[in-house]
Amino acid sequence: MDKKTVVLGVIGSDCHAVGNKILDHSLTAAGFNVVNIGVLSPQEDFINAAIETNADAILVSSLYGHGEIDCRGMRDNCEEAGLKDILLYVGGNIVVGKQDWNEVHARFKDMGFDRVYPPGTSVETSIHDLREDLGN
Amino acid sequence: MDCYLFIDFGSTYTKVTLVDIAKEEIVATAKSYTTVETDVTTGYNEASRKLFSKVGQEVNIVKKLACSSAAGGLKIVAIGLVPELTAEAAKRAAIGAGARVIKTYSHNLNSSELVEIKISNADMILLAGGTDGGNSDCIIHNAEMIAKHEIDIPVVVAGNKSCNDEITNIFGDTVEFYITENVMPSLNNINVVPARETIRNIFMKQIVHARGMENVEESISGILMPTPASVLKAAETLSLGTKDEEGIGDLAIVDIGGATTDIHSIGEGAPSKPGVFLRGLEEPVAKRTVEGDLGMRYSSTSVYEAAGNRMMKKYLNIDDYDLEEEFRKRNDNTSFLPENEKDIFFDEAMAKVCADISMKRHAGIVESVYSPLGTIHSQTGKDLMELPYIIGTGGVLVNSKEPANILEAVTFTIDDPESLKPRNPKFMIDKEYILSAMGLLAMVDKNMAVRMLKKYIVMCGGNTNGFEK
Repeated sequence: MDKKTVVLGVIGSDCHAVGNKILDHSLTAAGFNVVNIGVLSPQEDFINAAIETNADAILVSSLYGHGEIDCRGMRDNCEEAGLKDILLYVGGNIVVGKQDWNEVHARFKDMGFDRVYPPGTSVETSIHDLREDLGN
Repeated sequence: MDCYLFIDFGSTYTKVTLVDIAKEEIVATAKSYTTVETDVTTGYNEASRKLFSKVGQEVNIVKKLACSSAAGGLKIVAIGLVPELTAEAAKRAAIGAGARVIKTYSHNLNSSELVEIKISNADMILLAGGTDGGNSDCIIHNAEMIAKHEIDIPVVVAGNKSCNDEITNIFGDTVEFYITENVMPSLNNINVVPARETIRNIFMKQIVHARGMENVEESISGILMPTPASVLKAAETLSLGTKDEEGIGDLAIVDIGGATTDIHSIGEGAPSKPGVFLRGLEEPVAKRTVEGDLGMRYSSTSVYEAAGNRMMKKYLNIDDYDLEEEFRKRNDNTSFLPENEKDIFFDEAMAKVCADISMKRHAGIVESVYSPLGTIHSQTGKDLMELPYIIGTGGVLVNSKEPANILEAVTFTIDDPESLKPRNPKFMIDKEYILSAMGLLAMVDKNMAVRMLKKYIVMCGGNTNGFEK
C-alpha cells in the first residue's frame, strides 16, 4: 500500500524544535511519509507544502501558548487553497494558562480541526488516530 | 602556435578571444557589431579579421566555441504549482540556465494564459509542479492544456516523476518535449542542475536555426550555451576549482550591462551568525539573478524609476544634473559613450545604483521575530555577509578607473540593516573581459580555466584585513 503523506511543523513564532524531531522520527518509523517544515512556520507554509506533496493530513504543533491565534482560520484557508477535506490535527500547549480542556477541545473542533490533543499526549495516540482516520 | 578561439555573440557586440593553449595566455581580443538582422557570420568575420590583424603570426585553431545572447537571448516561460514553491524553483532553474524568464505561471492554467504563452515568443517552456510522488493533477492538467492549444514551443518537463508516463502520452507527437528530473523532488529541496543541462542542450540544437544564425554552425565547433550560463560556469569554476586546481572559494559576480544587471553568487549562503533559523525554499549553490530594469542604456529610464531622487542623492550631487534628461539621453542613444568627466561621473553613479539595488534583491534578509521566548531571527535567502570576493564585469566596470568605488555600492550599510549583503569583501575586476570565454574554456579544459581565471581576474581594492580601507 502507498505511504500516506503528512505535513508536520511548529506553527507561528514558536521555535520548539525537540518535539518536532521526535514526531518526525516516530511518524517515519510508523510508516508515514513525513514532510517536516520545521519550526517558525506560518499557516501558508503548511498549506503550500500540503498542496505540492499532495498530503493526506496536516499536523500542527504549538508549544508556546499562542496556538489559538496562529491556528485561526486555518480550515478556511485550506478550503480556499483547494485542500478539500484534508485532515487537520493540532497538539501541544495550544492555549494560554490552565483552561478547562473540554472547552479548549470544543473551541479547536469549532475551528475545523479533526483531532485536538492536550499536553502530554503520547505520539502513539496520534499514530493510532491517523491510521484510523486514513483507513489503514 | 595552437589556440582556442572563443566567440561571444552579444546583443550589441560580437566579441572574439584568442587563447594560446601552451602559454595559457590571451593572445588578443577584438569585437565588432553583431549582425543578427542579416547573417551573424558577417559580424563574426569582421571581428575575426580585426583579431588576426593584431596577431601577425601563424595560428592553428584547435577549437572554436561560442556562446550567444543575441536576438534577445534565451526566453523561457516557467510553469509550476504553488508560486513560492515549484513555480519559484522552475524560475530559478531557468535563470540559472542563462535564460530570461518572460513570465512565471502557477496552479492550473486557463485558456487565456495559454494564448498568452502561445504568442509570447518564448523559446522554451519549463513545466514543473508537484514533488516526486506529490501532486499530479496540476502538471497533468497543464500538459493537457499545452497539447490542446497546440503550442509549438519545446517543453522541458521537470515535475513530479510519477506523472512522466502520462505526460508522455498526452504530448505524443503533437508537442516537442524533453523529460528531466524534478526541479523540486521533495519539499523545499531544489534540484536545478538537470533541468539547466536539458535547457542548454535544447538551446544548442535550437539556436542554430534562429534567424541569421544558419551559417554559424559550419564555421564553428558549436554554440555551447547562452552567455549568462557561460559566466555562471566561469564563476563556479573559479570558486570551486577542480580536483587538481584549488578554487578561491565563495564569490559573487556583478555584471552591469546595457540592458540588465546580473548577479551570480557561488556559495551556500548559510547563516553566518548562530541562532538564526532558515526559512523558505533552499538556495542553489550557484545562483544567478537578473534585473531587467537595471541597465546602463536600454533600461536606463527604469533605473531612475527604481532609484528615485533619494537614492541618486546617495551617489551623486543631483543639483548638478538634469536627472530625467540624463537618463533619457542614455535610453534614446544606446551607443552613447561618456567622454567628458561629468558624463563619466554620471555613468558611474548609475552603475552604483544598479549594483546597490541588484545586490539587495539578490542577497537574503534576516528578520527579527518577537516571541514569548525573546527575539529570534529567521533568514530567507542567502547570507552573503562574510563573502570574501566580489568580481566586477561589464563595460562600465571594466572601463572604469576606480572599479572598486562602484563595487563598494554592493556592500552592507547600516541604513539597510535586514539585508545580508557582503560586509567587507575584496574587490576584483574582469579586466580583460574574459569571463564568458572562460566559461566556454571550462567546458573543454577545466584546470586551464581555473588557472587562467586566477591570472586574469585581478584584485582592485576592498577588504584590507582590518586595516583602513
